[in-house]
Amino acid sequence: MSDTDYGLRTTDGGAKRPSHVLRTTDETAEPPDSPALAETASSWRSAYVHIPFCARRCPYCDFAVVAADEPGGSEIERYVDALVAEIGMEPGPFPVDAVNLGGGTPTRVASLHLGRILDEIDARLGIADNAEISIEANPEDWTDNRARELRSMGFNRVSFGVQSLDPLVLHALGRAHSPEEATSAVVAARSTGFNTVSVDLIYGTPEESDASWRRTVRGVLALEPNHLSAYALTVEGGTALSRSISAGAPAPDPDEQADRFEFVDVAAGEAGLSRYEVSNWAGAGHACRYNLSTWMMGEFAAFGTGAHDHRFGVRSRNIRRLDAYLARIGAGERARSGSERLDAFESERERFMVGLRLAAGVEPGLVGGPFLASEEGRRLVDAGIVGLGDGRVVVLRPLLTDLVARSVLSVSPDDC
Amino acid sequence: MTAPSLIRNFSIIAHIDHGKSTLADRLLERTGAISERDMREQVLDDMDLERERGITIKANAVRIDYTAESGDSYQLNLIDTPGHVDFSYEVSRSLEACEGAVLVVDASQGVEAQTLANAYLAIEEGLEIIPVVNKIDLPAADPDRAAEELAKVLGGTAEEVIRVSAKTGAGINELLEAIVDRLPPPGGDEQAPLRALVFDSFYDTFRGVVSSVRIVDGRMSRRDRVRFMATSLDVEATELGIRRPALEVVEGLTTGEVGYLITGVKEIDLIRVGDTVTHTATPTGQALPGYLEPKPMVFSGLFPTDGDEFERLREALDKLRLNDSSLVFQAETSRALGFGFRVGFLGLLHMEIVRERLEREYDLDLVATAPSVAYVANLASGEQVAVRSPQDLPDAGSLISIEEPYVKVMIITPSEYIGSVMDLVQQRRGEMGEMMYLSPERAELHYRIPLAEIVFDFFDQLKTRTRGYASLDYEPDDYQVSDLVRVNILLNGTPVDAFSTIVHRDKAYPYGKAMVGRLRELIPRQLFDVPIQAAIGTRIISRETIKAQRKDVTAKCYGGDITRKRKLLERQKEGKRRMKMVGQVEVPQEAFVAALKLET
Repeated sequence: MSDTDYGLRTTDGGAKRPSHVLRTTDETAEPPDSPALAETASSWRSAYVHIPFCARRCPYCDFAVVAADEPGGSEIERYVDALVAEIGMEPGPFPVDAVNLGGGTPTRVASLHLGRILDEIDARLGIADNAEISIEANPEDWTDNRARELRSMGFNRVSFGVQSLDPLVLHALGRAHSPEEATSAVVAARSTGFNTVSVDLIYGTPEESDASWRRTVRGVLALEPNHLSAYALTVEGGTALSRSISAGAPAPDPDEQADRFEFVDVAAGEAGLSRYEVSNWAGAGHACRYNLSTWMMGEFAAFGTGAHDHRFGVRSRNIRRLDAYLARIGAGERARSGSERLDAFESERERFMVGLRLAAGVEPGLVGGPFLASEEGRRLVDAGIVGLGDGRVVVLRPLLTDLVARSVLSVSPDDC
Repeated sequence: MTAPSLIRNFSIIAHIDHGKSTLADRLLERTGAISERDMREQVLDDMDLERERGITIKANAVRIDYTAESGDSYQLNLIDTPGHVDFSYEVSRSLEACEGAVLVVDASQGVEAQTLANAYLAIEEGLEIIPVVNKIDLPAADPDRAAEELAKVLGGTAEEVIRVSAKTGAGINELLEAIVDRLPPPGGDEQAPLRALVFDSFYDTFRGVVSSVRIVDGRMSRRDRVRFMATSLDVEATELGIRRPALEVVEGLTTGEVGYLITGVKEIDLIRVGDTVTHTATPTGQALPGYLEPKPMVFSGLFPTDGDEFERLREALDKLRLNDSSLVFQAETSRALGFGFRVGFLGLLHMEIVRERLEREYDLDLVATAPSVAYVANLASGEQVAVRSPQDLPDAGSLISIEEPYVKVMIITPSEYIGSVMDLVQQRRGEMGEMMYLSPERAELHYRIPLAEIVFDFFDQLKTRTRGYASLDYEPDDYQVSDLVRVNILLNGTPVDAFSTIVHRDKAYPYGKAMVGRLRELIPRQLFDVPIQAAIGTRIISRETIKAQRKDVTAKCYGGDITRKRKLLERQKEGKRRMKMVGQVEVPQEAFVAALKLET
């Protein structure tokens, strides 16, 4: 692909319009950044299932993963058995509007086993008729056949870990797939009838240039996904990336990352995708239900190693280590490693802080008012970083969301 | 009571580390004033700080009984002097109490500028000098060369120089004999009205002000009603005594003797070094000459790092002042640094000592602004205004000229570094005076130089350029009109008072550029572009911009992450350095501290 084969022009009306069936979505559907959609999402319930297995460990990743050559790397079936057992321990129904299989690499698990997991969730918790059922996939695992299998089991959303269309960048990120594999996986998913096809990208890898990023963004948008996630490469402690930077390798540059963000934000917008969260864009009706719900303090049940659960005002988490998780489940116990009950204030502050990530903004509630009235809040408003519109507080410069969130932490219960 | 002919009052003059205190100890030990078992090293130095720094801040006098080889019993009063020229006035008063001085030079180091400055001071006071070369036991010692240097600067012969080792005790007997043989006995008139010189005073929590006095004429007894002439203070001499070095109360002190006086007075201001004590009933008509008010030469703003410590800083300064009437301070408010004090010091060492004592003894964490000198602004109105802080400088419109204090500097350096030293002094606007070779290897250079040019890092530079071999001393000279300007540093258009400085016009640009560049590195990125400017009046001479922060967000936030995410933000919030707001700009405290360490 070249720099010019995908037109981003809009002024002459000659830009390509979404043509595929997936893009001509329900015109009546809520735009992904609509406040009404966000508020609705707060009442959705989800289920998250963590699949820790990966072919190999990417140098930047600090998730709970097990690479194929690591201990337990081949215990996939045993793990699925444990997952099914864990889901089976649920005390009663918890009907969900979204199911998300994340990882790790869920597509490392055979379709048959993925079906068992879905079946168990439906049996114990209940899956709503129109639920979003999503799976994260690596392009190299994706075939037409695989697409049809998953589709037939009920999966209707897939997000591909494409990361980049630049081979140098893919190599630097430790990814196994080629740009071509990524492209064909997206095409295959679309033609199989997945309602939402999402592409995940990572920007700001030191090996990436502005030109390379532009090619990636244009190339990906040319595939007309109806959902896009673009994440700035983040150096997490304890990763191979962090170690190599400590040893002198170049680190991601925040200004370059800001440039890349601005480019993808404009390009996605011109391709008909609206940014609805710091790192997420979608066409109307294609916002990720599961994610939106979690950002709106919706409840979710979570299963598998290191999975986090949020129900009934309690945030709890599972054991991260695979062997310990298997042992606990094998002993017939839940595999929780800790939990936290948020008090009313803390819960409200969290709602406000996390809600700030959304383009729809967040209702000020108990915390937003004192925040806006605080000295730090006023400075942020004066600087044009925080805005108040339609009764919602919005971060107008999404790349400064954490800066705003830290200021929110200054609000204490006494202020409310 | 000892006849004046059997009294010898003397002090020891030595460069830091040349062994003054050890020598004093040895004299006490050899004369039996102190037993070897009681021997505390360097008994004359009271304060820990003094001992660590090897300097004596407060004078002390110790009486030693010595039976000479002739069989006569002498009363020797060893009067300790501050070693540094910052305290030259105190030194001069201490020397005034003596008839002679033992000038000590390290056999391996030779003559140093400070030693020489004090030796010249002693000669001016009319003191008899006994030159001594110490540390002759050291492998690196070159007693002959040191003796030649001493002879040259004192105008005597190398044979007159006594060679000792305070460490091994070698030569100590010879020195004691020289003290009684070569030094004159005190003069004075026992029948005349009392005149006693206050040559030191310090504050004791229980006793109030304790003064060291030398009886010049007459006699003072316990319970006498006495008058401090400078302050016209009439009080009772409640206690008189001497140190041996343990305190010993005496009934009286007579002409030529040295001791301490306690009156119950609590305010050190009332009993000043250099004052004359006489009897209230039968006062002398003539006070002793030479009394001077202490005059601060160097000023610096001292601010507690923690704004809540302001009151503690005030208390600490008040306490230090009890013992140091030369310390002056007044409250000062800085937009950048908050509440603090502008403190005046006698000189650089005095400043350093006070700062260290505040931090060490009072456990205060301080930010000190760059030291400045006391300028004088001549106004169009004909008025003269003292300028102790760059903020005090009146507007350019009302100014005719600014005068700055000059000092006379003496530098002693190995000959090979003369070029480098001259270069440094020239950069600092120094005017070359005379130069003298002490020996083919060492030279003594004299300069006139603005005090402002040496208050900052001159001494460090000198040491660097001479591999640590040069020594420096200075004394105040007169004021002189110079082409001086105030450079302001503006952050986002707001002047930051802590960084304003008065400099020579030729140095304004390099200063501004360096400070602006430094701040750009030290101040984190803000919500908006922040210009940093250096300006003379309204004219911008240097500018840099801190670009606005563009990205501060973690890319990914998924459901499970929320607790961890909140904790991370909380940690970041906690870890966020303490910031001061300056014109809408958040500046970490450390940036102020680091920027003030700027070397020009």
